[in-house]
Amino acid sequence: MNESRWSTGEPRVPWEGAEILYGESIRIVGDDFEHGGEAAAKIKAILKQFGLDPAVIRRLSIANFEAEMNVIMYAQEAEMQLQVLPDAVRVILSDRGQGIPDIGQALQEGYSTATPRMRQRGFGAGLGLPNIRRNTDEFEIISTPGVGTTLRYTIHLQG
Amino acid sequence: MKLSVLAEKLALKPVTEMCDKEITGVYISDMVSDVIANAKPGDLLVTVQIHNNVIAAANLVDIAGIVVTQGKLPTEDVRKMAEKAQIPIFSTDLSRWQVTTMLYEAGVR
Ligand SMILES: Nc1ncnc2c1ncn2[C@@H]1O[C@H](COP(=O)(O)OP(=O)(O)OP(=O)(O)O)[C@@H](O)[C@H]1O
Ligand SMILES: [Mg+2]
Repeated sequence: MNESRWSTGEPRVPWEGAEILYGESIRIVGDDFEHGGEAAAKIKAILKQFGLDPAVIRRLSIANFEAEMNVIMYAQEAEMQLQVLPDAVRVILSDRGQGIPDIGQALQEGYSTATPRMRQRGFGAGLGLPNIRRNTDEFEIISTPGVGTTLRYTIHLQG
Repeated sequence: MKLSVLAEKLALKPVTEMCDKEITGVYISDMVSDVIANAKPGDLLVTVQIHNNVIAAANLVDIAGIVVTQGKLPTEDVRKMAEKAQIPIFSTDLSRWQVTTMLYEAGVR
């Protein structure tokens, strides 16, 4: 039970007790390459209906796709929770899985434990977590090896 | 440049229903995380990776069309998914490098 945490970005909205205008939760199943990308697509469609800035939708879609594929590749299952707030959009993704023993190493560009089968499909560049970091304003990883990983990331609206 | 015009110039074989679009750039990569982060909306993606996760990624970042090189062909499922997303797929026996030079010669800069 060795939980480790890593975070970046200036937290603007408290994680608990924030005003949530809209919430949605989507299940992701480990090894389900067949549906990989559908959670991100669903969230993109929702955000489009909200009329959010296309640049924000793009950034969140990139982060969501990477987070979703990581669950499919490295975890058993997860819930991807979308929260639309008055001045931010954020996602909380809690998975049950192997966890990340060294978060600092996992965040390095090029670091990957992808299997040959995953690499054959064009995964394993070690760019997923760096892509999430680059496309969000707040990003936090909490992981316990053998138990699972939680990602929380936020994009601020206007400024 | 229109997709249809490009396809004609490079003798690309359409493998999905055609829906013509304006191509505003090109991105060439076989790594999905590279594609999703760096391809721009309206880009033509040139790749050997053609499976459902690539179509999902392409759709998320509004890629206009896909050219699959080295004679690779998408499966029926992947074709259907691309048609639903209105992302035309073309196939060619050429290599990525050959496609690149031909795109340049065709006037895509
Ligand atoms: N949800 C997770 N659970 C367990 N390990 C993870 C999880 N997400 C990432 N990792 C670990 O962190 C490494 C780096 O992840 P990252 O997404 O940056 O790259 P990748 O998935 O290996 O390759 P790419 O995303 O470029 O296809 C992974 O190879 C894996 O070892
Ligand atoms: Mg990844």
